[in-house]
Amino acid sequence: MSIKNNFEPLIIVFCCQWCSYAGGDMAGTSHLVYPANVRVIRVPCSGRVSPNLVLRAFQRGADAVLIAGCHPGDCHYISGNNLAYRRFHLFGSFLEFIGIEPERFGFHWISASEGPKFARIMTETTETIRSLGPNLKLRGQR
Amino acid sequence: MKKRIGVFVCSCGSDISSAVEIDAVTAASRRMPGVVYAGDYIYWCSKSGQQMIIDTIKGERLDRMVVASCSPRLHEGTFMKTAASAGMNPYLVEIANIREHCSWVHKDKKEATVKAIALIRAAAAKVARNQELIPFEIPVVPRALVIGGGIAGIQSALDIAEAGYQVDLLERSPSIGGRMAQLETIFPEMDCPARILTPKMLEISSHPDITLYTYTEIEKVTGNVGNFDVTLRLKARSVLIEKCTGCGLCWEKCPVNVESEFDEGLCSRKAIYIPFPQAVPNVSVIDRASCRWFRQGDCAACKKACPPGAVDFNQRDEFLEKNYGVIITATGFDLFKPDTLSQFGCAKHPDMITGLEFERLVNTSGPTAGRLIRPSNGQVPRKVVFIHCVGYHDEKERKSFCSRICCMSSAKHALLFKERYPQTEAYLFYENLCSSGKGFEKFHRRVVEDYGAQYVRGAVSKIKPEGGKLLVHGVDSLNGQELKIEADMVVLAAALIPRSDSLELARLLGIGTDGNGFFSEAHTLLRPVETHKAGIFLAGACQGPKDIAEAVTQASAAASKAIGLLSYDILVSDPCVSQVNSSHCSGCLSCLHVCPYGAISEKIIEERVRGIVFRRLVAEVNEILCRGCGSCTVSCRPGAISLKGWTDEQLIAEVDAICL
Repeated sequence: MSIKNNFEPLIIVFCCQWCSYAGGDMAGTSHLVYPANVRVIRVPCSGRVSPNLVLRAFQRGADAVLIAGCHPGDCHYISGNNLAYRRFHLFGSFLEFIGIEPERFGFHWISASEGPKFARIMTETTETIRSLGPNLKLRGQR
Repeated sequence: MKKRIGVFVCSCGSDISSAVEIDAVTAASRRMPGVVYAGDYIYWCSKSGQQMIIDTIKGERLDRMVVASCSPRLHEGTFMKTAASAGMNPYLVEIANIREHCSWVHKDKKEATVKAIALIRAAAAKVARNQELIPFEIPVVPRALVIGGGIAGIQSALDIAEAGYQVDLLERSPSIGGRMAQLETIFPEMDCPARILTPKMLEISSHPDITLYTYTEIEKVTGNVGNFDVTLRLKARSVLIEKCTGCGLCWEKCPVNVESEFDEGLCSRKAIYIPFPQAVPNVSVIDRASCRWFRQGDCAACKKACPPGAVDFNQRDEFLEKNYGVIITATGFDLFKPDTLSQFGCAKHPDMITGLEFERLVNTSGPTAGRLIRPSNGQVPRKVVFIHCVGYHDEKERKSFCSRICCMSSAKHALLFKERYPQTEAYLFYENLCSSGKGFEKFHRRVVEDYGAQYVRGAVSKIKPEGGKLLVHGVDSLNGQELKIEADMVVLAAALIPRSDSLELARLLGIGTDGNGFFSEAHTLLRPVETHKAGIFLAGACQGPKDIAEAVTQASAAASKAIGLLSYDILVSDPCVSQVNSSHCSGCLSCLHVCPYGAISEKIIEERVRGIVFRRLVAEVNEILCRGCGSCTVSCRPGAISLKGWTDEQLIAEVDAICL
């Protein structure tokens, strides 16, 4: 399959607008280069991300989906990040259960000052998925 | 109606154009669904750029727009204002971040261009589904409520009143003054509270913009920032405040003796009393729980003795409903009552006292007129052991925080003791010394070098009453030596703990508490005086242990936050809040449990189906309390809740477009 040889993964990242999106901005202002495979969707809080949106991204062709929120205790909305963490801890197990490689889904705490962490996670995820290959299982299942 | 979207691609000098093909991006944008205009410019955020946007919106009859530029955290507000001045609802603007998230982090121009197009496509897909939103307007009541009449509350009230706003200062006990009024001196300057606090108390009582409610509690709080609706309970004083002159004839005649709260139970007061000589207001109060008239009905000595006839046994609690724009809580702290049995292996002994009791014993207007005596026999102690950090090592009561003031107040107590009785010995058992404040380290040295107090690093394991003395067993952990000190008195620096009813007040106000029961600030570092509830601020030790300087600093900070809010006639709040479609709501209320702000409540609606009226439980969002995190939208089972500005429809469209 030729697709695997020059395969470039698509990585969708849901970032809360207070911490992780700002962490992404920080990576930008520090000019920390990471792969262009990463595309960020801004949400008010990681607690706003529903599993539905994650599935949708997989179905539309995302090869990995990440959710990034404020560190525990730092949530702009008190506890939205904790809710998200619990929700996606379960959802991650569910994805694995239905046969999606666990590498394709991740939940990360990234603060507004963690530009280097943001860039590192994006680079690592892209490399992991590049060697893992495309998401064929959920793609196109609407 | 067909959408008319405009896309404004910014080169940002060369910051974007150096890594992204602007022409290709603009051309691709023009082909996106709903886009009728796409153009690029060097700086859309410049004055001329903004004017061009305004002209384009009008000329092209755009009804929404995407600006592909820097992070929305920088210029979203700018472009929303630009849109508004062109007559477009500012919530019909989306930003595609093609600088921080694209041109600055990707080296390959081709890849960056493809990504920029995807980001704009996602923004365009989202903006096509944006709704016009209108911010709420909340009129602000120009009056503040300060809860607690200690030094923090006093400072906040004075600051706000000085800024020209009305303040109601509420105090639960009969007089303001709080803990500071109980002290003999204040470290590190060894100032006298009577000298520095009393003028402030009098200023409170005479300030034209401050209304003082003493002997008053909070009964109920409803409403929100800008307009809190608070019911005050003015407890029956049994003395008419406007008639009483504070002459004191009433308590001279009163036959009932009760332990004085102000003097920490070291002496008695009467059932009708004024807590301390500098009390504000200087008005008597009857403690109904101990008064003979109220217990047995056979005494009216005070009533007969009162020259102006101010005693009124028939007074009742009054309820007063008032509205406030902001609330400051400054309810202070309690002192941990150490269980000496579990900590030091001995029952409570009269010569083992807390720091606050020591403070009263050396106070010139205290029960002994400033003569430090052993409560057991009335003799001046020759050897006193001060123990730091009491309450931190107790198995059951282990406190997980530093009380911040005890190291300094123990040092102060040792200084007071050695200053007044130089031929004595003072031992201070400490494990860690906290002397971070200005001049504190010097103060500690002074206590050791000038006054000869002996600091022992180590713990006290046991205290045993023996032969009229307290035998203190301890260890000096620096040289490993066991110590036995025959002390005449032991002073325990007990932990500062939240007021016993702090949880109750937190519940009434709808604010949070930390694991120890202190009120929680909104952010430890960046929002230290705000609570999670808009319009409610924290001052002083109710938020955590503090010394007086810190409490006053925080009180002024809280006051300035309050003044900031009060300076608005109308508050405008973000319209991106949740809303419930009650026709879809099943009343499961799972949203209610995830809401961090208590903004969701249940309500009964009536529905008419074929002429029959059904009553049904649904969820309802208080749009003023809601801050728009969107947790409820995810937990909602029937999908009845949506977050304005971030609806499922918008986000799904964004996902679809970004994955293309």
